[in-house]
Amino acid sequence: MRFMVLVPGSSESEAGGMPSTEILEAMTKYNEELVKAGVMLAGEGLRPTSQGAKVRFSGGDRTVIDGPFTEAKEIVAGYWIWECASRDEAIEWLKRAPFDGGVEIELRPIFEADDFGEQLTPGLREANERLRGQTAHN
Amino acid sequence: MWRIESTRLIAGLTRIVRDVAVAEDLAQDALVAALQQWPESGIPDQPGAWLMTTAKRRGIDALRQRVALERKRQLIGRELETLRQLNQPDLAAQVEDVQDDVLRLIFMTCHPVLSQQARVALTLRLLGDLSTPEIARAFLVSEGTVAQRIVRAKRTLAEARVPFEVPGRDQLAERLSAVLEVIYLVFNEGYAATAGEHWIRPALCRDALRLGRILAALMPREPEVHGLLALMELQASRLRARVGPHGEPVLLADQDRARWDRLLVQRGLVGLRRAEQLSRALGPYTLQAAIAACHARAHSVKETDWPRIVALYDGLAALTGSPVVELNRAVAVTMAFGLEAGLELVDSLADEPALRGYHLLPGVRGDLLVRLGRLVEAGEEFARAADLCDNDRERELLLSRAVACRV
Repeated sequence: MRFMVLVPGSSESEAGGMPSTEILEAMTKYNEELVKAGVMLAGEGLRPTSQGAKVRFSGGDRTVIDGPFTEAKEIVAGYWIWECASRDEAIEWLKRAPFDGGVEIELRPIFEADDFGEQLTPGLREANERLRGQTAHN
Repeated sequence: MWRIESTRLIAGLTRIVRDVAVAEDLAQDALVAALQQWPESGIPDQPGAWLMTTAKRRGIDALRQRVALERKRQLIGRELETLRQLNQPDLAAQVEDVQDDVLRLIFMTCHPVLSQQARVALTLRLLGDLSTPEIARAFLVSEGTVAQRIVRAKRTLAEARVPFEVPGRDQLAERLSAVLEVIYLVFNEGYAATAGEHWIRPALCRDALRLGRILAALMPREPEVHGLLALMELQASRLRARVGPHGEPVLLADQDRARWDRLLVQRGLVGLRRAEQLSRALGPYTLQAAIAACHARAHSVKETDWPRIVALYDGLAALTGSPVVELNRAVAVTMAFGLEAGLELVDSLADEPALRGYHLLPGVRGDLLVRLGRLVEAGEEFARAADLCDNDRERELLLSRAVACRV
């Protein structure tokens, strides 16, 4: 099962400040653990929202809103993609992350192909009807 | 919780007691103790260290009893040494060692003294943390068979006194290739099941990928470790496009490439680059990853760099001398240089003893014949291929193609 772990922003991250060496070290060590366990597939930190933008959709209109955006705790400042055997395992890994100070980290399962089930059938059925080309290259 | 700690715990304990069976028992005991105590006492700050300490303490108790008995028979040397090691305090340095222990454990469970099947079962059990029923389901054998394989494998390791170590330089290449083979075997069984009712079994692919990722983190300087991981990531990127809604196989040419997993493609391409940087002479897994990368980069079959694929297969064939590689190469030749050239190559493989009974030989030949308009011959080839095929879904496909040729 794949999971996305969403790390919220803070006033410091929004100010563009880098975390302390201590925090960076703890995070590096944690990331190493994740990699060595074969759990971490990807993970990045995001620049402050002052460098980002939003696009608002309304009918045919597209309005661009430049950052920064308010409400730091609703802002995503980083993410991981993990592959775990179960939700329990993902939670166990998350509990080991070096966060503090009441921060809440969100963990969300990513949709898998199986979840879509029958909804994908029409296109694939068509592909199946075209089925030919049995080669060893599959 | 258990999945995170169990491999490391077993690995660390194996270093001390030098016997995987004993190590696994001690680890299980420690888990039982945790399940009894943690609900009341709360989960300790470092659950892994707690489990390790508990397991060691139980190991000491068990050994003391044995030593007390055996002292009378003056058979103590090795037990006393182990007892001394178990009594050592839990130092932070030992925790750092644990990753190396995991690596040693992989080399132990993939040791050549074991049969291929035993290696796979033991590796999945101890490093993949799969249960015996899970392994049995994965390989379509009874639980009893798997349990027996595992027990026997542990006994063989103990009897052969297989050392708990990463092999030295002189043996490393050979032993590493045995490890890679086990991981790739697990992956392939998930990617194209040799038998049974399912064409792919993604859970097995995920288990193999996880083992590959762990190994790549433990041996970051080994090109073929990255090569194998890249190959698996690239192939797994196609998994969800590889079956149709009713479980039927969808082959590369007909796959909806928009459904390929871009994250895995990207990881595969990065891994391949790393393997290529680490060694100028590309090994067999890296070459296969390079071939898979040609597909991953192409937006369609037509846009695929087939001449490059043929060249990569040339390298692979020279390295492995495998007729299966030759057959794959023939398909690539078809795409790069035309049907006639490919068919000629396939025909030259007709008497190859290693391919006798391999359903893809008539399967490929049938496909080439269809495209050449020689339908009667093609139908016979598909029927022959279906006869040889043990996977239900694939057989259905081959039979339907045989029928289509008769119309």
